[in-house]
Amino acid sequence: MKSIESVNEFVIKFANVNGTGSASANNMFAKALFRMGLPVCPKNIFPSNIQGMPTWYEVRVSEKGYLGRRGGVDIILSVNPQSMPNDIQEVEPGGYFIYDNTKPLDLRLIRNDVNIIGIPLTGICNQTYSDPRQRQLFKNVIYVGALAALLDIDFAALTGLVGDQFKGKEKLIKPNIHALELGHQYAKENFDCPISIRVERRDLVGDSILMDGNTATALGCIYGGATFAAWYPITPSTSVAEAYETYCRRLRIDPGTGRKNYAIVQAEDELAAIGMVIGASWNGARSFTATSGPGLSLMQEFLGLAYFAEVPTVLIDVQRAGPSTGMPTRTQQSDILSAAYCSHGDTKQVLLFPSTPKECFDMAAEAFDLAERLQTPVIMLSDLDLGMNDNMSAPLSWDDERRFDRGKVLTREELNEMERYGRYEDVDMDAVCYRTIPGTHPDKGAFVTRGTSRDEFAAYTEVGEAYERNMLRLMAKWETAKQYVPAPEFTPAARPTSHGVIFFGTSEASSLEALDYLAEEGVHLDAMRVRAFPFNDDVEAFIDQHEFTFVIEQNRDSQLRTLLMAEFEFGPDKLKSVLCFDGTPISARNIRKQILQQLPGSNVTPLRRETAGAGKGESA
Amino acid sequence: MSFINPTFRHPELPVNELGYTKKDYEGTISTLCAGCGHDSISGSIIRAVHELSIPPHQIAKLSGIGCSSKTPAYFLGNSHGFNAVHGRMPSVATGAAMANRDLIYLGVSGDGDTASIGMGQFTHAIRRNLNMVYIVMNNGCYGLTKGQDSATADEGSASKKGDPNPFSSIDLCATALNLGATFVSRSFSGDKEQLIPLIKAAISHRGFALVDVVSPCVTFNNNAASTKSYEFVREHAEATGTVDFVPMREEIKAHYEPGTSTEVTMHDGSVLHLRKLEEGFDPFDRASAMSAIARHREAGKVMTGLVYLDRTAPDLHEVLDTVHRPLNTLSESDLCPGNHVLENINASLR
Repeated sequence: MKSIESVNEFVIKFANVNGTGSASANNMFAKALFRMGLPVCPKNIFPSNIQGMPTWYEVRVSEKGYLGRRGGVDIILSVNPQSMPNDIQEVEPGGYFIYDNTKPLDLRLIRNDVNIIGIPLTGICNQTYSDPRQRQLFKNVIYVGALAALLDIDFAALTGLVGDQFKGKEKLIKPNIHALELGHQYAKENFDCPISIRVERRDLVGDSILMDGNTATALGCIYGGATFAAWYPITPSTSVAEAYETYCRRLRIDPGTGRKNYAIVQAEDELAAIGMVIGASWNGARSFTATSGPGLSLMQEFLGLAYFAEVPTVLIDVQRAGPSTGMPTRTQQSDILSAAYCSHGDTKQVLLFPSTPKECFDMAAEAFDLAERLQTPVIMLSDLDLGMNDNMSAPLSWDDERRFDRGKVLTREELNEMERYGRYEDVDMDAVCYRTIPGTHPDKGAFVTRGTSRDEFAAYTEVGEAYERNMLRLMAKWETAKQYVPAPEFTPAARPTSHGVIFFGTSEASSLEALDYLAEEGVHLDAMRVRAFPFNDDVEAFIDQHEFTFVIEQNRDSQLRTLLMAEFEFGPDKLKSVLCFDGTPISARNIRKQILQQLPGSNVTPLRRETAGAGKGESA
Repeated sequence: MSFINPTFRHPELPVNELGYTKKDYEGTISTLCAGCGHDSISGSIIRAVHELSIPPHQIAKLSGIGCSSKTPAYFLGNSHGFNAVHGRMPSVATGAAMANRDLIYLGVSGDGDTASIGMGQFTHAIRRNLNMVYIVMNNGCYGLTKGQDSATADEGSASKKGDPNPFSSIDLCATALNLGATFVSRSFSGDKEQLIPLIKAAISHRGFALVDVVSPCVTFNNNAASTKSYEFVREHAEATGTVDFVPMREEIKAHYEPGTSTEVTMHDGSVLHLRKLEEGFDPFDRASAMSAIARHREAGKVMTGLVYLDRTAPDLHEVLDTVHRPLNTLSESDLCPGNHVLENINASLR
């Protein structure tokens, strides 16, 4: 058997039982590599369950800087007998299967094309600890220690992390370091360390940070000036609201009084959550809610009201696999259509598609400016992969000179100067009208906000012409929106090509990696990352310029492609789908394979070493 | 056609302390049916706010969907209004109240809007003791969709359509009491003498104030077999006491015999004089209030008046410990922690 030889370029996957404290040990592993200057991409693949079910943690290490899922696994560390039969099947030929051999491995599971390493983790724990909780927790730390020896991880990076993690709880530092040493020592004594897959210190991460998108989103809401959040718990968006609260407690306490410069209400349901946000925004406070697909469905009626009544509204949708309850802890980009045309009647909603934590921060802050500038809902579509996993990202930054763009809001003085105020008069001919905040002026500027049709002076009317005029103005406002929303990003191919590729959000990293693979094989594609809806003219031009374009997305129904076709009236032959909807983040190998299959004359997929086994666990 | 109130007014209309006449608190002309109880309630709201000398822009009026929820257009034309979606006014009011704690939030809803589709939001606004007035224009039927029974229709009561309602009714006052409401009252649209002071007291109350007003639907539910008809309510309403409301700035002129009334000072300094008409009923005792409602119900009576009052419970802003300045007045310097803080956060993520 030929073992995989690799320095700083591999995928390792941990198979654990959830609720056993494995997450923090696995995090420590990923962060140690990050501190060794190596780009890492950890992904938590977890069940909708609190304790006892299989859970996995996949870490991609790539000194080439690839941060998406590659596909395939080179090393499995399995401490969960329940998932072992499947886990061992996932290892690439020549890879490693590391497991707890306190109980012997079922002989039927043994593969001859895989290196098998047994470490008696439970045995070591039972010998060392008497407390059952410690036996469970330290087992995780012990295997991280063993991996440090096997992969040649800088032990000081690990001990440094333990120190950081238990700052303030110093008496926990020593036992954790001891557990690391136990594993390290066992591996050193029993195996040839390092194995053929290993790491070396590099300086490749610069000033990057490792953070989850939901925390970045919450910080974006704080910097964007949100003073009110209403929410209802739902995976995977819950941590947006929780992080908002955590950071508000630190950053938003009034220095004079000790009182809060923010309010958070955990609502009775998503309908109430969005209603509260609309009420607060109508009343002049920047506010937001965070939810996921099922919540978005519940918010539909209210989002139609906010669109029609033109109330600025910020909504964070951290997408998960639907429909219905779907797979609540698995990722997808499958709310595109339900968000884009959210609500009954003719509605169009502004969407933002972040792809990194930095962009979660920037776009969350920008969402408030956009919502107030355009007086309409703005939905930021993140997803579980981005929101709940630590992602390597450029650091967050804020221009201290930046001022909030509150849009067109009339002051008391401005109202004094006006003869007659019309809430829905298009004074500036950009289809965005002037709003007033309740309480501004004793006898000018008041009006009734309503979801029923009204004239330019906000008076109720059922006159068809007035209704139509208003609907056409809303369409004109949609045109105005195009100049404000984030523009797409282009990555031209190295050589002229008549084919393009479009991706958005969390498909970015894997897509860029797949394009590298394809370029090596002589297939060149111009790339465009869409960052917002409405699409501006550049998006249309890009599709026009290419004979056909691949649209990469993580849902079954080619939702972005459908949206592009609906908005631009392209025929189906102009846009080809590359899809992944099994709940795992789309991988570079999967994208490459699907593109090759659809290229003219490429009926046969050329075999490369990496493609063996790439189909496993992935949709194609 | 559009409806506009005639602008002619008597030149010597009385003005309030702010110099406003009652006209300054009116809205557009009502499009409800002639004789609708809701119009009387609108009139009572106008009088209450005028007499309290509240600047119109210090009130925000909110409603859901239905005949009742149309009324905010017909009163307080100089106040901002929000006609939200069906049953969801409480959430919009919650957000609005969080954004600016200084305004008065006047919610108007109906029995369909509150007791059915909006039951969830109604109950949760109560539990949070949101500082708002919540007026239910309660006619026991869905007027705007032509007279279907609502959840407050009494069992056995029949609307114009004729079939007796087979289901038990939801008593909103009893429900509110159960949920910990801090101000619960019931009145009748035809009794302005009772309703106006109750609305004033509700506005003065800091916290959630329910005013459940039986308000007959003249078109669909004013027939002989209905328990929400003018005739039935006039005959069966039983006030547990009277409420006189004396605003903070006004001198107490009326003379009260010692021992016949209870004086209650509200948060804004206004004073309520409560005169009990019924023995063994204590509006400061939740259990007593609940049993009084039950007793009246069993006797086939409609209990009206101030049912319960608790002035000590903290409202939502107090519970959340928010700053006293309205959140919607905070600026970048209050809200943006600055780039140096982000740099520290970045450092902790490396």
